[in-house]
Amino acid sequence: MRVVAIARVAEPSGSLQEVKEWGLDREDLLQIYRNMLITRGVEERGHILYRQGKIPGSFYTGRGNEAASVGVATAMAPDDVGTPLHRDMGVHITRGVEPWRIFAQYMGRADGPTRGKDGNVHMADARLGLLAMVSHLPAMLPVAVGCALAFRIREEKRVAVAWFGEGASARGDTHEGMNFAGVRRLPVVFVCDNNQWAYSTPTHLEYAVEHLADRAAAYGFEGVVVDGTDVLAVYREAKRAIEKAREGGGPSLIECQTLRMEGHAVHDDAFYVPKELFERWAERDPVERFRAWLRGNADLTDEEEEQIGSQVKKLLNDALQRAEESPQPDPVTLLDGVYATPEDLDTPHHK
Amino acid sequence: MPEKTYLQAISDGLRQEMRRDKRVFVIGEDVGVYGGAFKVTLGFQEEFGSWRVIDAPLSETAIIGGATGAAIMGMRPVAEMQFADFVSCGWDQLVTVAAKQRWRAGTPVPIVLRLPSGGGFSGGPFHSQNPESSFAHIPGLKCVCPATPEDAKGLIVSAIEDPNPVLFFEHKHLYRRIKGEVPDERYTTPIGKARMHREGDDATVVTWGAMVYTADEAAKAVDASIEIVDLRTVLPWDKQAVLGSVRKTSKVLVLHEDTRTGGFGAEIAATIAEEAFEHLDAPVKRLAAPDTPVPFSPALEKAFIPQVDDVARALKELIAY
Repeated sequence: MRVVAIARVAEPSGSLQEVKEWGLDREDLLQIYRNMLITRGVEERGHILYRQGKIPGSFYTGRGNEAASVGVATAMAPDDVGTPLHRDMGVHITRGVEPWRIFAQYMGRADGPTRGKDGNVHMADARLGLLAMVSHLPAMLPVAVGCALAFRIREEKRVAVAWFGEGASARGDTHEGMNFAGVRRLPVVFVCDNNQWAYSTPTHLEYAVEHLADRAAAYGFEGVVVDGTDVLAVYREAKRAIEKAREGGGPSLIECQTLRMEGHAVHDDAFYVPKELFERWAERDPVERFRAWLRGNADLTDEEEEQIGSQVKKLLNDALQRAEESPQPDPVTLLDGVYATPEDLDTPHHK
Repeated sequence: MPEKTYLQAISDGLRQEMRRDKRVFVIGEDVGVYGGAFKVTLGFQEEFGSWRVIDAPLSETAIIGGATGAAIMGMRPVAEMQFADFVSCGWDQLVTVAAKQRWRAGTPVPIVLRLPSGGGFSGGPFHSQNPESSFAHIPGLKCVCPATPEDAKGLIVSAIEDPNPVLFFEHKHLYRRIKGEVPDERYTTPIGKARMHREGDDATVVTWGAMVYTADEAAKAVDASIEIVDLRTVLPWDKQAVLGSVRKTSKVLVLHEDTRTGGFGAEIAATIAEEAFEHLDAPVKRLAAPDTPVPFSPALEKAFIPQVDDVARALKELIAY
């Protein structure tokens, strides 16, 4: 079989000077690092909660995807919106969701964003421009396209970011969403977290093109492949695509290549993933990689590292405690909100 | 009051809402240049432009999902399925996303889905269905099935105003066949409130959509005083109106064009059995299409859709019980 790669392959991140040209100052870089640490820390503590029997149902993480999620979210403007998925904790953290509410969500408590109605990463804070995912991937992709449609109709300079995985790329929603966005040149950026495994299914059983980003050409827009463990390269490509969309240049597809460093969910030991693959990708751990970059390029000092590390630790410890204090949802709330009332439309989006 | 067709009434209501509220827009296949397969949106694109009357690709998932996203961002989309049957292609967007988003994530989804439904003109298995019971089973959705031009206009306005996903089943066999007086001014018809189509004392027919007219003709053909309750909306449905009529006549026929098993009539019959059993002088009777796909040939379709004679026969049996 002859396969032809069409999409552009992004360059790795460059020097501090280059990064400054993309709009990030040193404080921004430290904030990205902090967000990546919080993202990983939330999920590591989630594992502990799960082992303690405090998380009902299953538990999903995005270990290995921290750079991809934080990088894209950092490139979004405050008024932009997005539909992050279960590997994109970094998006919630970067947009400002408080970790204690995430722990409360994990445990099905009243203070989780869904108040115990839905579980694990099926959550979002609409006030922060995020829409809660559903399990039927990638059903939120056409929804994000609809957000972009609203922006286009109202001629607002806002962008919607739509996340999906390489597994979900095989479903029709992906095609319909991308095709409609391409036809109407809507301000939407499609981000594929290609972590190589859809549950136990490898990429060659999901798609037959060289890169998923190659598909963009078929929808009339640009595709780019980027190393999803390189947070600054992800940021640069996301920024470029988002600003292009904002200026009327239409959609883009960014494929972030990563490896899912854990099983599909906590019950899955990923025996089907070759051990050498894990070892190879562990050397490109996104958090460690960015830490090394900061030390080599932005003079990250021992003191700063120590300070950021202890801040994050305290934040997460306090968050855990606060979440544990959150009550179980009252069964009388079960029926609340099946139907919206006119007052529910009193939100910033509906003005 | 001017007399209008059922189709014109829907079109008028929609146009009025688009004129008064910039957030309302139309999206669907062939709704713009062509004016919709049934011409409900004829002339809309000239008046409102191509970004408020959006010709979508052949993509029910993108249409319903797109409407959902736009609604969450504050718009009031009215999405058209070219035929109600095609809503199956967008089931996930409606049932998985739109219906559950308010309850679990707190974000209301004020969309209207227009669904040209029903048979009677040899549309066959894929252009004739009445899928309202499938959606009435989904918490979070509302299902509206107007029978008269006046209700069609008032209910399309209410559906657009409603902060929830509302499925607007418009019966194709009523489009140009049924005319009635329709006020020119804006008005709403409440969702969840039945209409007394015909008053009587001997038996009640509970029905909706095109079957209201079948029941009406049958009522005239039997030698008894028949009451007809036009439900107008099947979810929420007006229990009090139904139970009130049953308590008055003590005999009830539940009639619908959708197939029998698991049809919404079963829910109505069960509720009557639970809440008005002591008032009944006969078992609750159901008349519906048999459990088959909708047939194409006129001879078969006539055997499928409940006819006036079928309803009259059922009423006579009920009266004689």
